[in-house]
Amino acid sequence: MNAPFEGIGASVRRKEDLRFISGRGNYTDDINRPGQLHAVIKRSDRPHARIVSIDTAAAKASPGVVAVFTGADLAGIGGLPCGWQIHSKDGSPMVEPKHPVLAEGKVRHVGDPIAVVIADTKQQARDAAEKLDIVLDDLPAVALVTDAVKPGAALVHDEAAGNQCYDWHLGDKEGMEAAFAKAAKVVTLDLVNNRLIPNAMEPRCALGDYDQYSGDYTLYTTSQNPHVIRLLMGAFVLGIPEHRLRVVAPDVGGGFGSKIYHYAEEAIVTWAAGQLKRPVKWTADRTESFMSDAHGRDHVSTAQMALDAEGNFLALKVHTLCNMGAYLSTFAPAVPTYLYATLLAGTYKTPVIYVEVKAVFTNTVPVDAYRGAGRPEATFLLERLVDTICHDTGADPVAIRRRNFIPRDAFPYQTPVALQYDSGDYFATLEAAMKAADWNGFPSRRAAAKAVGKLRGIGMSTYLEACGIAPSKVVGSLGARAGLYEVANVRVHPTGSVTVFTGTHSHGQGHETTMAQLVTDQLGVPFSQVDIVHGDTSKIPFGMGTYGSRSLAVGGSAMVKAMDKIITKGKKIAAHLLEASVDDIEFKDGKFTVAGTDKSKTLSEIALTAYVPHNYPIEEIEPGLDETAFYDPANFTFPGGCHICEVEIDPETGVTRIVQFVAVDDVGRVVNPMIVEGQVQGGVAQGIGQALLESAVYDANAQLLSGSMMDYTMPRADDLPNFSVATENTMCTHNPLGSKGCGEVGAIGSPPAVINAVVNALKDYGVRHIDMPASPQKIWSIIQSGHRAAAE
Amino acid sequence: MPQVTLTVNGKSASVEVEGRTLLVELLRDKLGLTGTHVGCDTSQCGACVVHVDGNSVKSCTMLAVQADGAAITTIEGLAKADGTLHPMQEMFREHHALQCGFCTPGMVMSAIDLVAKNPQGLTEEEIRHGLEGNLCRCTGYHNIVKAIAAAQPLMHAKAAE
Repeated sequence: MNAPFEGIGASVRRKEDLRFISGRGNYTDDINRPGQLHAVIKRSDRPHARIVSIDTAAAKASPGVVAVFTGADLAGIGGLPCGWQIHSKDGSPMVEPKHPVLAEGKVRHVGDPIAVVIADTKQQARDAAEKLDIVLDDLPAVALVTDAVKPGAALVHDEAAGNQCYDWHLGDKEGMEAAFAKAAKVVTLDLVNNRLIPNAMEPRCALGDYDQYSGDYTLYTTSQNPHVIRLLMGAFVLGIPEHRLRVVAPDVGGGFGSKIYHYAEEAIVTWAAGQLKRPVKWTADRTESFMSDAHGRDHVSTAQMALDAEGNFLALKVHTLCNMGAYLSTFAPAVPTYLYATLLAGTYKTPVIYVEVKAVFTNTVPVDAYRGAGRPEATFLLERLVDTICHDTGADPVAIRRRNFIPRDAFPYQTPVALQYDSGDYFATLEAAMKAADWNGFPSRRAAAKAVGKLRGIGMSTYLEACGIAPSKVVGSLGARAGLYEVANVRVHPTGSVTVFTGTHSHGQGHETTMAQLVTDQLGVPFSQVDIVHGDTSKIPFGMGTYGSRSLAVGGSAMVKAMDKIITKGKKIAAHLLEASVDDIEFKDGKFTVAGTDKSKTLSEIALTAYVPHNYPIEEIEPGLDETAFYDPANFTFPGGCHICEVEIDPETGVTRIVQFVAVDDVGRVVNPMIVEGQVQGGVAQGIGQALLESAVYDANAQLLSGSMMDYTMPRADDLPNFSVATENTMCTHNPLGSKGCGEVGAIGSPPAVINAVVNALKDYGVRHIDMPASPQKIWSIIQSGHRAAAE
Repeated sequence: MPQVTLTVNGKSASVEVEGRTLLVELLRDKLGLTGTHVGCDTSQCGACVVHVDGNSVKSCTMLAVQADGAAITTIEGLAKADGTLHPMQEMFREHHALQCGFCTPGMVMSAIDLVAKNPQGLTEEEIRHGLEGNLCRCTGYHNIVKAIAAAQPLMHAKAAE
């Protein structure tokens, strides 16, 4: 019997599943250390206030309490650092106010941490936190970017005049103006990209431990990138050198971006463990997650397209206000600039683009990358603008896209906004999606729906994203304060089994499976003989973690490089054993063979020889079969595709039902189709959530209204359809796997497809645009006012 | 402090708890059964679902003292002693119905109760409706629904044995 195919392209069932379906996962909150204390954070319930006084006496006297700390106690440690610096148009650096671990002097958003209470049990800490006597003097507050930039608006930071963090631009302003001057038509669209709350199902958790005899700190944390946390917290906040600080991110229950950043609680528990010489654990309540996990999106934009008489795009002009929240989160400044403005060519050959982005502080939770990060905002703007052009000019949405697509033979394609796309075929994904969705058969489905009193609409989006972040040199020149390579250590053990230590981190993506498939494919080692280790700085040489759909494209490529080194060394050992020239040794299917002969050695035999080097070319090579590679990509990767959504709206209730959703994506080489489909399905679900259900809502005084799962609408099983997911791939040309990344495509392509479908369904009501979420109330009101207008 | 005596996964346990202790806290903190998760504080997410006397219950919404005398099954108690998985566990793995795994224990426990209480069989729409009390942020539910549909005949065949 042949062994099952478990290499690249096989839908291998996941290695990690047995522990998860058996309740044997090991999430941070499942870890308990001897003598462990519990921390509860007292947070501001006010959006903006001066801290007049904090009386901790009653809390300290409360049963079980070991310590209470406030900002004054932590004054000696650094603020939370920002990992990216943007410069404004005038060359000045962004305004970067201190982000204290515990509030110093003022609180600036609901959820801002004021004090930490540490007790023997969580209940005791909670009880004691209630006894803190905190006097706050309210200050005027602002939540919306449009309010924050008004003259006389409340100031979040004294040093940020007009609440401005930066005023940045990209592109050719003069060229844009010249193109607009000669345009046959200009279409303008004002739109909002709604603020979202990520809501990974596992709330954040951090457990700090300190060994007073070695001086070693250990932080267990719900992180997507433990090495980055070690670097940021060790070097900038607590002053702990790397060799004294171990960061472990064990099983992590979803991230979607929200677990990239270095958060205050990680520093608090680590510092407190050192102070108290006992482990300290903090676990977020979901309510805390709502007011302390970085939020996503929150853009207010005006987009204008200049067109000629045939419908060719001549120039795009975009102005965006983006909300940074009260402090700069780790990646925040990069999201609306280099992950957004650079994406505004999309799939189109628009020759001139000019973008202005103003980042604004408000009294809200910090905003940072959330699944897609900047690219969903760019895609929503472009794809809504294209459909609005159709609305205004009568153009056909398919024809106008095809007319303006970057041609198949134009790759590599240099956009006017910095990026150079290596590969893609937007015609192919469009055609495959239209076929799968029976686009051309829609009119009869619309008529059938109308006959039973329903409003049916169809919409598409053709998107492009940049991921696999990123070339270090490029991001460094753009303001990144870190490199964005990836690291793999491939260890072939003496008997031929393999452990790979990867700097990426899996929090649902299934790396333990996909990456093992790479080893099976490249080294011919059976899938069951391969283990992938991630999430522990004491085991893995280094790594930048998982975000921006980078794990396979960058981390997988690092693995390929390390495996190439294994093969190169193995050939030398094989040549010695087989008494042949190294140049004559071929490696295939786990065997080193002398070309043209049947003389061969298996990888296991070579490994054993490497570790038991009795007969070994010891003068030439060292024993052992263990190689490490750092891989810094040459470019971003550029997945793209076409999503089509078909909706049916009940005009009596305004409820939108998605009757069909088709996604055809170009993600490059697919290693595990089952996992890729799952990633796309999940991404699409989040995109549909943004389009129809989700919105983080602040009132005019910056109080968070959608502060629990009872107030914030998470997509449930009966809100969503089955998805039709397929890929139509072109290969990435600059990494050894050809893979592009699939983690974010679903959340990027889907929101405009949904809204285009909703607007299409409502076309008889004169609707030109509808902001997300297209809630039943919003749609019902449109329908009602339409009915009234018709009756009048 | 009150003493709670209950059976968990077939083993009896007697634990002293504060009156305000939730069932999920008893399971996780006192008995070390960390497979049952806490994903919210408003009884919305269902990550904490266990079976109490054969019914699916959100263990964050029940006091430990209310479970006195009850028989509890958690995710850790589903597989047989020899490691044979419950058909629902098998189908979750087979159909890639989990990604990060955090909602999975509650999702599996809810799904088992849903299928067991509906021997007539459930349509896809009914399965989706039946999962209203469980949130998943990773999968978009597509494969969870498939897994449950696939587990139905297996569970019913087993029940008929």
